[in-house]
Amino acid sequence: MDWTILLQQIINGISLGSLYALVAIGYTMVYGILRLINFAHGDLLMFAAYAAIYGMTLFALPWTLSFPLAVLLTGVMGILLDRAAYKPLRDAPRISLLISAIGASFLLENLALVMLGGVPKGFPRPEVFGKVIEVLGVRVQVLTIYTPLVTLVLLLGLLFIIYRTKVGKAMRAASKDFETTRLMGINLDRIIGITFLLGSMLAAAGGIMWAMKYPQVNPFMGVFPGLKAFIAAVLGGIGNILGAVVGGFLLGLGEILIVALVPGLAQYRDALAFFVLILVLLFRPTGLMGEPIIDKS
Amino acid sequence: MDKRKRNLILNGLAVAALFGVLLAFDQFGTNYQVRILNNMAIFITLAVSYNLVNGICGILHLGPNAFITVGAYTSALLTLSPAEKQMTFIIEPLIWPLSVMQAPFVVSLLAGGILATIFAFLISFPVFRVRGDYLAIVTLGFGEVVRVLCNAFQSVTNGPLGLKGLHPHTNLWWSWGIAVLTIVLVTKLVNSSFGRAMKAIREDETAARAMGIDPFKQLLLAFLISAFFSGVAGGLLAHLITTISPTLFTFFLTFNLLMMIVVGGLGSTTGAVLGAALFAWGGEALRIVESPIDLGFFTIPGIPGMRMVVFSLLLMIVIIFARRGLMGRNELSWDGLMGKLKVMAR
Repeated sequence: MDWTILLQQIINGISLGSLYALVAIGYTMVYGILRLINFAHGDLLMFAAYAAIYGMTLFALPWTLSFPLAVLLTGVMGILLDRAAYKPLRDAPRISLLISAIGASFLLENLALVMLGGVPKGFPRPEVFGKVIEVLGVRVQVLTIYTPLVTLVLLLGLLFIIYRTKVGKAMRAASKDFETTRLMGINLDRIIGITFLLGSMLAAAGGIMWAMKYPQVNPFMGVFPGLKAFIAAVLGGIGNILGAVVGGFLLGLGEILIVALVPGLAQYRDALAFFVLILVLLFRPTGLMGEPIIDKS
Repeated sequence: MDKRKRNLILNGLAVAALFGVLLAFDQFGTNYQVRILNNMAIFITLAVSYNLVNGICGILHLGPNAFITVGAYTSALLTLSPAEKQMTFIIEPLIWPLSVMQAPFVVSLLAGGILATIFAFLISFPVFRVRGDYLAIVTLGFGEVVRVLCNAFQSVTNGPLGLKGLHPHTNLWWSWGIAVLTIVLVTKLVNSSFGRAMKAIREDETAARAMGIDPFKQLLLAFLISAFFSGVAGGLLAHLITTISPTLFTFFLTFNLLMMIVVGGLGSTTGAVLGAALFAWGGEALRIVESPIDLGFFTIPGIPGMRMVVFSLLLMIVIIFARRGLMGRNELSWDGLMGKLKVMAR
């Protein structure tokens, strides 16, 4: 294979991987604190994409305003999701919480279907991102380069919040032990709310970039990115934010490179992620960077 | 009269009553009514066998659609005649032994069940290494993998085109016969020492282990039996709708089953039956929310897809506010009914 094509594929893989990473962080943060797979997390991607579209078309906002607004709205949506679907079940068996999450996911998808229609909408991509530039002799879209950079900036911001602020300290405490955290005078519901806010905002950023990369926005667009991001989080070690990022990049690169190197496998691409998941759970259930999971029930 | 004898007689009467109702619909019912009754029976078979894993054993398994797919394809490939198969597989011919095989309907149903069981056995080792959320996502993964494979293995499944022109073998007698058989066998299992062991695992796996129960064995048993009946029901479903393709067996199907057993009451076979019956009937009744409603002076336009919104809301409301569902973990039994009657007579 020509090395420029290989380089092209690697750049594509990094770009896709950084999207998985952004979404995976949200899964891993919620799992770290609530021990819950937030099935509806992927649908927040879809919500953000629609919010950005309507911001730009219906309200004719410039993208510089519409995107941040969409991210903020999705964050609020994440908090609402927690309040409506998960908070009443804090003391319930885990299976109830999971079923509620599945219900919430289907509700979001079908509400979108009913209210916005099932016909895919094109995403009005701002022209800045559509330009094609040449990097190391490879022609790539600016968006493909921006995606990992945006991910990096957001990740640094998140790490700052988690490791350098009081809220972050409380979040880390809550992921270890609910009772003790409460005894320290921390308002647990507030911390959980902030976790959902941050996770959902990252997912929204991922969703908007996903919609620019694959400009077909439909009510079910979040399902597969969501599942794969979850698998990326498990691969990196669930509960570990850096692990989620590493898992996301590995999965994204792996998916693109396998299809590039063995084109015959293209139709199995969607099954690959699950295959990875099963292998990880069989041989290293804590993932690449995870610590043993403390059962908090 | 001794209780056991009385229950036997009452069970016989109940089955006879069901037979009478079915006969009436078979003779005088419209096609539409017969169709709903067939759907109801297949959903009952699916929900009761799904509830065995999710409700009785208490593990969240999200891949029954995989078993249904395996059962449906196996049974469909066996009932089609070699000539019909040659006409269906236009892109890639069907591989050799399957292309010349043909079997009667009952054999094909059995084969579908057995193949689904073998499939369940193969995936059980990775599945039961994990618990809780992980088990949920792994089983969901297998469901997706099966769908991807169905799309990819064109020389076995005819890919995205699916199989068309199956003979409509499924009638009221087949579907309800198998539904009753499933209910009887699953109830027998749940009330045996195996069933008690499964419930013990649901309540506390560590304590069950300390009592000498091997969780893997018990869960595997439930999983395999559930897979068998799901596979058979898949065969029935295939020969009811006569056209199958991978899009029919997505996670959507699993979601519907989950809703039936949650609304009925996780862990109750009676609940699963009620949930499935309500779903089959309610799904049709709710069509009014999707069709235009004429109020005389104003017409409310129908909203397609509204049913799923109602269903997902229903699932969330039940799980948040009425976690026990309709039946909780209780079962309908003649002893219980007679007790109630006696109290009322007093």
